[in-house]
Amino acid sequence: MIEAQRLEKHFGAVAAVREVSLRAADGRITGLLGPNGAGKSTTLRMLYTVLRPDGGDALIDGYSAVREPLTARARLGVLPHGAGIYPNLTARENILYFGALQGMARAARRARVAELVKLLEMEEFADRPARGFSQGERVRTALARALVHSPRNLVLDEPTNGLDVMAVRALRRLLLQLRDAGHCVLFSSHVMQEVSALCDEVVVIAHGVVLEHGTPEQIRARAAAATLEEAFVRLIGATDR
Amino acid sequence: MRAILTVFAKEFRENLRERRTLLSALILGPLLGPLLLAGGLSLRLERGAGEADRPLALAVAHGERAPNLLAFLREHGVTVTTVAYDAAAAREAVRAGREQQVLEIDEDFAPRLGTGAPAPLQLYADASDLAAAGDSGRLRALIQQYSSLLGRLRLAARGIDPLLMAPIAVQDIDVSTPASRSVLILGTLSYLILLTMLMGGMYLAIDATAGERERGSLEPLLTVPVPRQQLIYGKILATCAYMILSLALTVTAFAVVLRFTGLERFGMSVNFGPRVALEVILLTLPLVPLGAALMTLVAAYTRSYREAQTYLALVLLVPTVPLAFAGLLGLRPHLALMAVPSLSQHFLITSLLRAEGLPAGWVALSVGATLALAALLVAVAGGLYRREALLG
Repeated sequence: MIEAQRLEKHFGAVAAVREVSLRAADGRITGLLGPNGAGKSTTLRMLYTVLRPDGGDALIDGYSAVREPLTARARLGVLPHGAGIYPNLTARENILYFGALQGMARAARRARVAELVKLLEMEEFADRPARGFSQGERVRTALARALVHSPRNLVLDEPTNGLDVMAVRALRRLLLQLRDAGHCVLFSSHVMQEVSALCDEVVVIAHGVVLEHGTPEQIRARAAAATLEEAFVRLIGATDR
Repeated sequence: MRAILTVFAKEFRENLRERRTLLSALILGPLLGPLLLAGGLSLRLERGAGEADRPLALAVAHGERAPNLLAFLREHGVTVTTVAYDAAAAREAVRAGREQQVLEIDEDFAPRLGTGAPAPLQLYADASDLAAAGDSGRLRALIQQYSSLLGRLRLAARGIDPLLMAPIAVQDIDVSTPASRSVLILGTLSYLILLTMLMGGMYLAIDATAGERERGSLEPLLTVPVPRQQLIYGKILATCAYMILSLALTVTAFAVVLRFTGLERFGMSVNFGPRVALEVILLTLPLVPLGAALMTLVAAYTRSYREAQTYLALVLLVPTVPLAFAGLLGLRPHLALMAVPSLSQHFLITSLLRAEGLPAGWVALSVGATLALAALLVAVAGGLYRREALLG
């Protein structure tokens, strides 16, 4: 479970996140929805402990990302925005490296990587150097790297960016599979279809504050809109006026 | 500790597959320096040795006016050719490079010689032609020799002891040993060693910091449950490993190459056997963590790979700064200077090559001061990785 409690973050005079509270439960897929520059990435970066909040706290399975970052990190799998991999290592070596950094024993990480290669259908390129990978191959490698230590919680920042239709569908299937296995999945997106197709819960943010929080159905009903997209446009439009 | 080793192993292995790192650490640095030095040395030594016994070519105008002088010059190995130049033609011939030097015998030469007055000769040479400078120096010395021979004969003819004309006799006593003579030439050696050692780790330091951030793999790395400073310690350690490889290869290459330049033929010996080579490596070793931490720190501060390359090219010059200061101020090695990294290694390596003893106190201070500064920089680098501004 991932919880944000009144998170705040400033960069100089700019308030990127003013007050964000949210809760992403186990066995649910939670979508962070907002226009560009709404503070989605900054919020996620505080949740996965790369940025330190100026106010508030983030709890990962109840562990504070501020006070116990190492424990919190061990319970998180992270796919940052535009996640890069090491071009001189093969896909398998890239994943094994993170397995080692997660403190897994050699045999355990080898077995787990073999499992992930099969799960993410990476057999074809798993042992090729990552230098010439396509975007889809890179994202799958980065995703396997995030999952290597079988984390209970998964945070993904714009995971479908640059993926083709087939790859997006594969990713969706995987996220649903993880949800059904009881994992907590939190991802950000600005693509409406993405969110409505996948999410059990939606958090709408703009200008660094949470505008709405609920199931897609609830949000649509509360905004008296026919679709989630329409509800979203009304919510965002209201703040811009 | 395990995380440090994991990062170290990965960086080490990844860079084994990186052509740029390998080329600069294991091939360019270690081979280029020694080959350049050896090439320059043997060229210089060959030329210096060749000049002294090469026959001197001299064009003489109006040689019939001084037959005895020409006979003296021929006796001393000068190949005399007779030419029919006047003053203007002689000047032109030297300037155009047709002749290296032209000796014109004045028409007053014989009459004035007969009356005991100074007899004029004109020697045309080009002072800006450095290659010819040695030759005209030798010629002038020969003519001077002939002149003083005549002077002594005149004094003797008048019953005066020629020794009266030599009230002072200076004797040059050269105290340099063969080993210390070669140090004059090998003065650049310690700097070349430091330079190639730094070059060996440069690309890894950039790749592991600025490169990692540019590729976008830094952010995922910061999400693993490992204290951040351990990540950079592992990177510094991998940089050290490449620097040590580079250092060992360079010193070995120097030892091998200097053996073949044949300095002994010119009265110089290079005190650079396997034992000295090992001692040079050991003395330089404390500079490895210092250089690795410095390069990693600078590269981690920069915004991009390119910027890091620019700044690290400047860092490569840092070890020369103390050497340049010492050179300008004419500093001689003493205990207090052993606290200055790079300078102390330079002094110690030079002493080793001169086959002088190394005071234990000097070595201890050099090692201690260098390692202390290295520890400080490593700690600063660790602190840098704990700042979130690192993500840029």
